[in-house]
Amino acid sequence: MSEAHAEAAVHAHAAPTGFIRKYIFSLDHKVIGIQYYFLALVAVFVGMFLSLLMRIHLVWPTAHLPLVGEIKPETYLTLLTMHGTIMVFFVLTTAPQSGFGNYVLPIQIGAPDMAFPVLNMLSFWTTFLSFVIMLAAFFVEGGAPLHGWTGYAPLSAIPSAGPGQTLGADLWIISIAVFCAASLMGALNFITTTLDLRARGMSLMRLPLTCWSWFITAILGLLAFGVLAAAGILLLLDRNVGTSFFVPGGLVMTGIPVKHQGGSPLLWQHLFWFFGHPEVYIAILPGMGVASQILSTFSRKPIFGYRAMVYAMLSIGLLGFVVWGHHMFMSGMSPYSAFAFSVMTMAIGVPSAIKTFNWLGTIWRGRVRFYTPMLFAIGFVSLFVSGGLSGPFLAQPQLDINLHDTYFVVAHFHLIMGVAAIFGIFAGTYYWFPKMFGRMMNERLGQAHFWLTFIGTYAIFMPMHYLGIAGHPRRYSQLTEIKFLEPLMSLQEFITIAALITIGAQIIFVINLFWSMFKGPKASVNPWEATTLEWTVPSPPPHDNFGGRVPVVRHGPYEYAVPGATRDFVMQDEEQPVQMHS
Amino acid sequence: MGVALLVVIWLITLISSYFFYTGQWSPLPLASAHGGAIDKQMALTMVLMGVVFLAAQLGLGLFVWKYRERSGAQPATYTHGHNGLEWTWTALTAVLFVGLNLMGYNVWAANRIHGAGPGAMQVEVTGVQFTWYFRYPGPDGKFGRVDYQKSDASLGNEGALGLDDTDPAAKDDIITGVLVLPVDREVDVTLRAQDVIHNFNIPAMRVKQDAVPGLMIHTHFTPIQTGEYEVACAELCGLGHYKMRGAVRVLSEQDFNQWMAERQDEKQQQ
Ligand code: HEM
Ligand SMILES: [Cu+2]
Ligand SMILES: [Cu+2]
Repeated sequence: MSEAHAEAAVHAHAAPTGFIRKYIFSLDHKVIGIQYYFLALVAVFVGMFLSLLMRIHLVWPTAHLPLVGEIKPETYLTLLTMHGTIMVFFVLTTAPQSGFGNYVLPIQIGAPDMAFPVLNMLSFWTTFLSFVIMLAAFFVEGGAPLHGWTGYAPLSAIPSAGPGQTLGADLWIISIAVFCAASLMGALNFITTTLDLRARGMSLMRLPLTCWSWFITAILGLLAFGVLAAAGILLLLDRNVGTSFFVPGGLVMTGIPVKHQGGSPLLWQHLFWFFGHPEVYIAILPGMGVASQILSTFSRKPIFGYRAMVYAMLSIGLLGFVVWGHHMFMSGMSPYSAFAFSVMTMAIGVPSAIKTFNWLGTIWRGRVRFYTPMLFAIGFVSLFVSGGLSGPFLAQPQLDINLHDTYFVVAHFHLIMGVAAIFGIFAGTYYWFPKMFGRMMNERLGQAHFWLTFIGTYAIFMPMHYLGIAGHPRRYSQLTEIKFLEPLMSLQEFITIAALITIGAQIIFVINLFWSMFKGPKASVNPWEATTLEWTVPSPPPHDNFGGRVPVVRHGPYEYAVPGATRDFVMQDEEQPVQMHS
Repeated sequence: MGVALLVVIWLITLISSYFFYTGQWSPLPLASAHGGAIDKQMALTMVLMGVVFLAAQLGLGLFVWKYRERSGAQPATYTHGHNGLEWTWTALTAVLFVGLNLMGYNVWAANRIHGAGPGAMQVEVTGVQFTWYFRYPGPDGKFGRVDYQKSDASLGNEGALGLDDTDPAAKDDIITGVLVLPVDREVDVTLRAQDVIHNFNIPAMRVKQDAVPGLMIHTHFTPIQTGEYEVACAELCGLGHYKMRGAVRVLSEQDFNQWMAERQDEKQQQ
């Protein structure tokens, strides 16, 4: 079945010739993947810049910055909101899934393109539109919203609740709704492609773990983004039409009685986190896939427990939908439900631990090669452990009394969903760059980038745990005059300096990326001696990936160090016999 | 490169653990009765997660160094894993994580599922952008009616809450900007909010609960130490979130009674 589909799709569209058809409104999944990647690259620099301004304001509140001037406490909250939103949506959702997934998934499963190329193009441009709308919020009257990336009602629902809560907040919601539409299109495309376009022999249990992670992420996206879109539309109605989904009666906002009646602020939280919790897995699952892929390749060893890895990802996906309430322990919802949410959250620790064990098991008795992608994959595992182990603290409601909305939470989510996911993106970039651009990246610059970023991110985010344990609240735009925070100021300063250095070090990456794109040494078809299908096609691959050839898959994705084989790796479509394993 | 990774990963791990271990940044000195159980559960979690953290990170560093590619090294072992091992660590982590959670459940139940005792002192706490108002029901033990439509922050405490003077129960209600409490007596807090969500957080008391407009939420605690404590708002409530602070003053029972008597006198003179 899949073969017939694959052939049909080969003829679906011929290689375009004009510049616009080829690079702008392209239907080719590879071009679209790169477009997504560059969108995320722009977004990550905007996001990082905003975080730098925040960090500087926190410890030097009266500093005069070139161009920006002095950052006011009220600006801090808009920076915070936009930083969080841009990072979560336009970086972590965009690069690992829509970027790498689009580029790599069809080739890895032996397909000539995604199932719906036009839909694919549409979802990219919709995402782009959404980003433009988001940035526009900075420039309208009142400025960007200040309600945080979680947009809790009634703060987000009532335009008079603060500056930026008028047009800026509307734009914020519209941008997110548009983003949801784009993500739904993308999710449908990924799911259909994975199910329908696999080459002959590519059974589900022969899928590379990257493909599994993109597939599961797409399912999560399909279920989660629909709910967020609906919630966003309800919020928009509350704000502009006078409905009361999220606003109860009897409010007085800045001295003026509010007309709404009968809504529930907790309803927003339930809807938001029903999306929001799966969203953190949407951010991190592709990173897990990439890390698995790279750890196996550069340890020259099959993945330890491939099936366990698949089942672990599936259970993380499944459990991810029943734990949203752990964000709401302090919200005033029923304390009995807190118990249920807490047990289920702890249960997610189990598949997460399985993944960690299996990554370590993959390195164990391997022959580790330290190319840059591998360094970032190792960093990913380390950060995943560090960020993950603060989860069981936050998952216990009784400990959340100490930790909720403190810097402990900021440390937790930055390490696991922020930096670990970013390490996944870096690992993927260094790994697939030769395939995408036909040239190698510079190893020396890559290593320098790794060391500075690895040490730097630990220096930024590890101390935030200590701040949080000491009770330091987050989302505070001014830290002076609070007695119990005074002993923590030196730690805050240390963090800001670490952030300055770490963010500065990203220039090395940008230089390496663009220099190598044009000047790097030519890459061979399979520079890493890897086994999956993308390493059987030229670098970069032709328009329809396999040049009309239809690959046939004969092996699992990670056959390294196979006894009796002619080389220490066996490509997935190679006719070389491999002793089948259990 | 293997050595460098080993050294850096180990150093990061050991330095971070050292700072957790020394506890120089620890929760504020405890000032409430229930907080001890929370701190204990926190310490237990810290020890267990600390062991896992050390094992995983030190193991990672060790493995990447030990199994680095070098001439004359053993070829990689061809193995697809081991089902027995998978089951073992699945079971172990399940027991560890879920067990830890169940152990702490009574702490949560005592704090949130069981209400305050019958003798607890009633206080109502209202969050308004960006201040806290505290209300005592007075000798009748009943909170008078408040009408948000009548509230006017510029009128100060009573006016800000929109206290309805026509309600007899309101006649003796005391409203203050500082929460004054007697030591060693349980307080039953009724939390409400007038505009957006706030969070009533007294770090030293291990008290934290959202104040949600439209809801009345209860929480309870017993101060065990006289002194001044800071209230921090722990839910983003707008522009002035960072300055939405309050103070808790815990007095001896005698001092408290005297303070309360003075407030009642003032109230009657109005
Ligand atoms: C260069 C590295 C980064 C630095 C220095 C940084 C810094 C910060 C700071 C200072 C805050 C505000 C904390 C508070 O007051 O609550 C924050 C919040 C946040 N950051 Fe980052 N961040 C970085 C990278 C990232 C990344 C990669 C992500 C992607 C997940 C991210 C996501 C968020 C989110 C979701 C928030 C919360 C926003 C909110 O509370 O509404 N950050 N970050
Ligand atoms: Cu507040
Ligand atoms: Cu607040």
